[in-house]
Amino acid sequence: MSGFSVTEPSKRQKWISGLLVISYALITIMPLLWIIGTGFKSPEDAISYPPKVIFEPSLEGYVNLFTTRTRITASMEGNLPPPDTWYEQIARNSGTIISGPSRYGQRFLNSVIIGFGSTFLAIFFGTLAAYAFSRFKIPIKDDLLFFILSTRMMPPIAVAIPMFLMFRQLGLNDTHLGMILLYTAVNLSLSVWLLKGFIDEIPFEYEEAALIDGYSRFQAFYKVVLPQAATGIASTAIFCLIFAWNEYAFAVLLTSGDAQTAPPFIPTIIGVGGKDWPAVAAGATIFLIPVMIFTILLRKHLLRGITFGAVRK
Amino acid sequence: MAQIIIKNLRKDFGNFTAVKASSFTIEDGEFFMLLGPSGCGKTTTLRMIAGLELPTSGEIFIDGEEVSQKPVSQRDIAFVFQMFALYPHLNVRQNISYPLKSQGMSKANISAKVAEVAQILGIEDILKKPVGGLSGGDRQRVALGRAIVREPKAFMMDEPLGALDAEFRERMSEELRALHDRMGATTVYVTHDQLEAMQMGDKIVVMNHGSVEQFGVPQQIYDWPATLFVADFIGSPSMNFLEFSGEISKGDTQVALSRQVFGIPAQLQNAKGDLVFGVRPEHVSLDDNSEYIGEIMAIEYLGTTQIVTIKTLNGVIKARISAAKIVEVGQNVGLAFDPQTITIFDKASGVALLSEANKGVLDHG
Repeated sequence: MSGFSVTEPSKRQKWISGLLVISYALITIMPLLWIIGTGFKSPEDAISYPPKVIFEPSLEGYVNLFTTRTRITASMEGNLPPPDTWYEQIARNSGTIISGPSRYGQRFLNSVIIGFGSTFLAIFFGTLAAYAFSRFKIPIKDDLLFFILSTRMMPPIAVAIPMFLMFRQLGLNDTHLGMILLYTAVNLSLSVWLLKGFIDEIPFEYEEAALIDGYSRFQAFYKVVLPQAATGIASTAIFCLIFAWNEYAFAVLLTSGDAQTAPPFIPTIIGVGGKDWPAVAAGATIFLIPVMIFTILLRKHLLRGITFGAVRK
Repeated sequence: MAQIIIKNLRKDFGNFTAVKASSFTIEDGEFFMLLGPSGCGKTTTLRMIAGLELPTSGEIFIDGEEVSQKPVSQRDIAFVFQMFALYPHLNVRQNISYPLKSQGMSKANISAKVAEVAQILGIEDILKKPVGGLSGGDRQRVALGRAIVREPKAFMMDEPLGALDAEFRERMSEELRALHDRMGATTVYVTHDQLEAMQMGDKIVVMNHGSVEQFGVPQQIYDWPATLFVADFIGSPSMNFLEFSGEISKGDTQVALSRQVFGIPAQLQNAKGDLVFGVRPEHVSLDDNSEYIGEIMAIEYLGTTQIVTIKTLNGVIKARISAAKIVEVGQNVGLAFDPQTITIFDKASGVALLSEANKGVLDHG
C-alpha cells in the first residue's frame, strides 16, 4: 500500500464515515421533516393511510393555526360576498368563515419574552458569578459550586408542588416575571458552571495587563474578559434558551392565560374543530424557527462550546 | 523616569514566605536585573513594585513617593509579561493604543503616538494585523510598544525573552538594550538566565529563597561573589569549590590545600573549620611545576578554549584553558590558581570571607 499514513484516513474510510454520518443525520432529522411536511398537508392527507409522502401542498394548517373559524352551511355561503383574501378563500373551501385571530401569536410572543428574558438573566448573573468563582478567593468556594450544581441533580419538576405554592403566595402564577425567574433559576447552575470553565481558560495576565494600562478591575472585566468569553457566553446562551424555550411541565402547571407559552398551547389546538394535525404541525414548525435562527447564528461558537476543554491549545 | 527604593519588602502567601525583607535601590535610568532560580521571589518582587501584588510589609518608593499599598493604576508603571498578554481580540494598533485610551487622550494624539512608537520598534507594517498570527519577536515588539507608548515612570519586565526561541532571543535582547539606552528609562528586568543578566544589566540583584544574596554591577558579582550560591549560580561553568579544613587569620596571604600552599588575597577575617576555596575556571591553569596534581576526567572543546574537568584531592574542578594546549583524558597534570582572584567561603554559612580584594564590593553590597 503506497502513501499510507497513520493520521490521514484513506479514501474508502472517508466514504464510509461520510455515509454513516449522513445516514445518522437523516434518521435524526426525519421526524422534523415529517412535522414540517405535515404542516403543509390538508387535514385529509395528514391522516391518510398509507401516509402520503407526495401530496398537494396546502396552507390550511397555517390558516387554522392563526385563526378561529365558524362552520357555515352551504345555503349561508351563498348569501355571503366572495372572500377578499387568500386565507378567507382557504377557510371558505373547507366550509368555514374566519371569525377572528387565534391566540397562537400571543402565546408565541410569550415564549419569546420568557425564553429570551430568562436566557439574558441567566447569562448576566451567570457571567458575574462565574467570574467571581474563577478569579476571587471565596470561602467554601467548592462547596458553593457543589450546592449550585445540586439543583440539577433532580428533575426540576420534582419541586413542582412547592414551586406552585410559592408562586401562588407571591402572586407570580401566570405572569411573565414568574416564568422568567423560574427559568433563570433553573438555568443559572448550568450557566455558572459552563462559564466558569470558559473564564478559567482566559489567562489572568490579560486583566493584569489592563490594570497596568490604567483600567479599573471592572473595566478590565468587561473590556478584556467579556470579549474573550464571547464564545462561551454564546454557547451557554444557546443551551439556556433551548431549555427555556422547550420547557413544558412548569409551563402547563404555572401558566394558563396571559403568560402561557407556546409549548402548552400547541396541544390545545387538538380538539378545536377535530384533530387538526396540520395546524399542530404548523405551530410546531413556526415554534422551531427562533431557536433555529439563534443556533445557526451562534453555530461556530456552539461547536467550540460543546468540545471546550477537550483539547488544550 | 524615576528612582525606585525597596525597603524591607516582605511577602507571605499563607505560611509560605515568597520574599523576605529585601532592600535595594534602583537608580534613575538604570537597567536593573532581578536574577535568581525559579521560586526565588524575583517575580513576586517585581509584581509588588508594579502593584499586581500588595506586600505583607515593607516600603516601595517610586520617585520619592511611597506606593506599596497603592493600586496599580496610580503607580504609572508599564509591565511586559512573559507571555506578552496582548489583548487577543484587538489588532496591533489597538493593543498599543489601549493604555492611552484609558487616559482619555484624543484620537489624533493617540494616532501620532502609536505611529511614533511603531517607527521606533519597526512595526509600522503590521499595525493593522490581529495579534494572533504574529511571530514571537513581533509579539514582543508589540508588547514593548504598549509599554513605551505611555512614557511611564519605569518599566517592569518579567522574563520577556523567555518565550522566544534562542536565535530570536539574542536579537531581541540587543534591541531591548538599545531601546533602553535610547529612552533612558528605569527598567527592572526579571530573569533566571545569568548570561542574559550579565549581558544586559547595569546592576544585578541575585535572589535565592526569597532573600537578596548580592547586589551590584555584573563584573563585581562575577568576580567577587558574596555567597556560595551566587558563585555557583553565576558563570558557566560556575566557580570551582575546593573544600578544605583549616584556619585563616587576619592578614593571611596563603592557604594550604592538601599540604600544597596557594596564594590568596590578604584576608581581613578570622575563620576556622570547614572552608571552601573558590576559583573561577579561567583562573585555573595547568602548571608542570605545581605539585598539586589532578587527573583529567573529561575535555569539552569550545573552539578558542576548552573546558577540562579535573579530579583533585579536594574535589572535581573545571579549568578553562586555551584550546591550543594538548591534553588527554587520564593524564595527570599539575594545577595552579591565579592568587588575586581567589575567594574563601565559610562552608557552613556559605558567606564569603572578607579580603583586601573583595572588601570594596562586599562592604556596601
